[in-house]
Amino acid sequence: MGMIRDLFLQGVQMFLVLAVAPLLLGFTRRAKAWLLRRKGPPLLQPYRDLLRLMRKEVVLAENASWLFRSAPYMIFAATWVAAALVPTFATGLQFSWTADLIVITALLGSARFFLALAGMDVGTSFGGIGSSREMMFASLAEPAMIMIVFTVALVAGTTQLSQVADFVFAHASLRVSLALALVALIIVALAENTRIPVDNPATHLELTMVHEAMVLEYSGRHLAVIELAAALKLSLYISLIASIFAPWGLAQGDAAPGAYVTAVVAYIGKLAVGGFLLVLFETSIAKMRVFRVPEFLGAAFMLGFLGTLLLFVSRTF
Amino acid sequence: MVFISALAAKGRTIKAQRPWPRIVVDSNVWRDAAAGLASGQATLLALWSDGEAVHMGLTGKAEEGILIVSLPCPDRSFPSVAIAHPPALRLERTIRDLHGLVPRDCPDERPWLNHGRWGLEHPLGEASNGPSDGLPYAFHTAEGPPLHQIPVGPVHAGIIEPGHFRFHANGETVVRLEERLGYVHKGIDSLLRGATLDRAASLAGRISGDSTVAYALAFAQAAEAALGLAIPPRALYLRALMAELERLANHFGDIGAICNDASFSLLHAHMGALREHVLRTAHACFGHRLMMDRIVPGGVAADMTEEGGTRIRSLIATVNGTFPELVSLYDNTASLQDRTVTTGVLAAELARQYGAGGYVGRASGRSFDARRWPGYAPYGELSFDVPVREDGDVDARVWIRIEEVRQSVALVDQILAGLPSGPSMADMTRSGGARTHREGISLVEGFRGDVFAWVRLARDGRIAAAHLRDPSWFQWPLLEAAIEGNIVADFPLCNKSFNCSYSGVDV
Repeated sequence: MGMIRDLFLQGVQMFLVLAVAPLLLGFTRRAKAWLLRRKGPPLLQPYRDLLRLMRKEVVLAENASWLFRSAPYMIFAATWVAAALVPTFATGLQFSWTADLIVITALLGSARFFLALAGMDVGTSFGGIGSSREMMFASLAEPAMIMIVFTVALVAGTTQLSQVADFVFAHASLRVSLALALVALIIVALAENTRIPVDNPATHLELTMVHEAMVLEYSGRHLAVIELAAALKLSLYISLIASIFAPWGLAQGDAAPGAYVTAVVAYIGKLAVGGFLLVLFETSIAKMRVFRVPEFLGAAFMLGFLGTLLLFVSRTF
Repeated sequence: MVFISALAAKGRTIKAQRPWPRIVVDSNVWRDAAAGLASGQATLLALWSDGEAVHMGLTGKAEEGILIVSLPCPDRSFPSVAIAHPPALRLERTIRDLHGLVPRDCPDERPWLNHGRWGLEHPLGEASNGPSDGLPYAFHTAEGPPLHQIPVGPVHAGIIEPGHFRFHANGETVVRLEERLGYVHKGIDSLLRGATLDRAASLAGRISGDSTVAYALAFAQAAEAALGLAIPPRALYLRALMAELERLANHFGDIGAICNDASFSLLHAHMGALREHVLRTAHACFGHRLMMDRIVPGGVAADMTEEGGTRIRSLIATVNGTFPELVSLYDNTASLQDRTVTTGVLAAELARQYGAGGYVGRASGRSFDARRWPGYAPYGELSFDVPVREDGDVDARVWIRIEEVRQSVALVDQILAGLPSGPSMADMTRSGGARTHREGISLVEGFRGDVFAWVRLARDGRIAAAHLRDPSWFQWPLLEAAIEGNIVADFPLCNKSFNCSYSGVDV
């Protein structure tokens, strides 16, 4: 019975993230439009877009290799697995033991690797520009992410997210190192999700694109899968920040069924708050020059590094 | 008065042209004129052909007057101006493509407007069959191991006009940019030939849609100069009112779009709202959002009612209420300033050499404004400043627009206060037949810069030949210079701050 329940809960988590991710995207677009005094697209528009893309024919470049065709699925698979591992509404799920911060970082890293390869595969100049910029950003974002992982791991004594969440929940207190890690993680999340000020997901200017430039050649179901993966990634990062720094409302271990329902509602609330803060930040800032991004990500790295260093000075920081 | 008047004495003056003189010269004087351009004694206003001769519009340094120099080309060729004065290059290539008049020693043999898809060569000259499946085009190169090319366009990811940009980049740094335009060639010069005055006026208003008022005004003034028509004062004021409304709408749009290209959508949204307000007011007052076909030779086609004046006053009140706040938002957003300041610097010397008009020239120290000089009614009776900045970067071009919005708002106020009553159309009965050709030229300040128009009326009152020169002819090449050394990702921002017209140069 316990086994079936655990598997069921894990399944709920997997499909919850998949179902909610486009909604979050729709919500951020709507909220942004609202902040700009516009009406904005309907909340469900991302679902319609995905459906439309799924129905459309795939147009492939003549020289597209197997890599170009298979990369979308690999990107999607890696991102989905990573998103399904981050505690969303409950800790201690069936596969929680694999929900390791380093694993999640690595999964996202592989997804990015395939995306960058696919960007270069067709040989268009935009794909190349996008891939080279993405790799430049990634080479700075990933070390920063690792420093954040170290900081969190040193505080919580584990890299396993479920346990981290439980730890923070049980020993909630203001910690300097965690505050540093939070700021660093937000910076990394902005860069990883190609949001302003690093990239602009809504841009139509091919020369300024990063993520969009890499996927410029994709169409049909390939594009749908990539878009869904991008949506998943956004909800993943908000879930990640929420589970480490605001684990309140998470259902723990073997809670009653009612508690799970409340936890799901709390989770969706957290996503909404995260999404709204994101667009609020985005409307108040312009995009950076490409070569300012390393400084921005460098700040994230330094904050993560400082957090780790402080913990070596004293574990009470 | 040195150069222009000395030059004017060297040719035979054509009496039919008004208000500025046109002289017919031989190729030696033509070369003197080109040398004068090269040495900076004069600025090139326009260079065009009517099929038989080439004409060059010149203006002296400071208020020396405007002179048109014409060189008949019986042997279908003329000495190149571009070899001495590069701003003439694309104009010469256009003359060769359209009329088949060959610029001798022209440093660039490649076609410009003709992409090899017309099935014709020299459609306005001695036409012959030509390729219709495209011609290869050799871009200039930049060589070196780390360099790579980035072709952009003519189809873009956004909804903009078509143009091809070929970048040579060293990583992210632009080493060379070359533009290739001509994708929206419409055959304007050919359509204008033989057109009636009304049709020609409406064609002129469609050369570049965002400057339709400026074009219609330029054409109307040139035609009126040829006909010797006197325009009622009310029509003059209404024309200026439309021109300033057009300037306001475009400057609002541009400021917002520049910010949007730096992904600062807040200002884009607010500026878009202001622009929309201007367009709706224009629609309420003149019956068309862009005020297309409202200015016609002889006056204005749509007179404004009292209610229109009230609408415009309420528009001005709205602008005065919200614009200062938006300007301070632009000025105080550090992340935005970081993008615009020192990006895409255009050297003052280049702006002077190319005679760049509008915000491009004024942001790089060139204070030319056709409303001020040579000037046209009713601006002599109105007071306004011509803002000039020296920095030449994207930020300076935004600030010129901001200052011009303030000036335009003040101008609209003065125009409404001083709007005379009376008829809004001149008596057009004199515009019919005449014994000889009549010619007229005009220079009108559009939002982008000075629009030049030249019209030759045949004896029956139809258009024998006409030419309208967009300010972008002398701004596009400067974009190539301004982007050099910047990063590829900053190109859209620089491009938007220039906001050159594709349609206006792809005539």
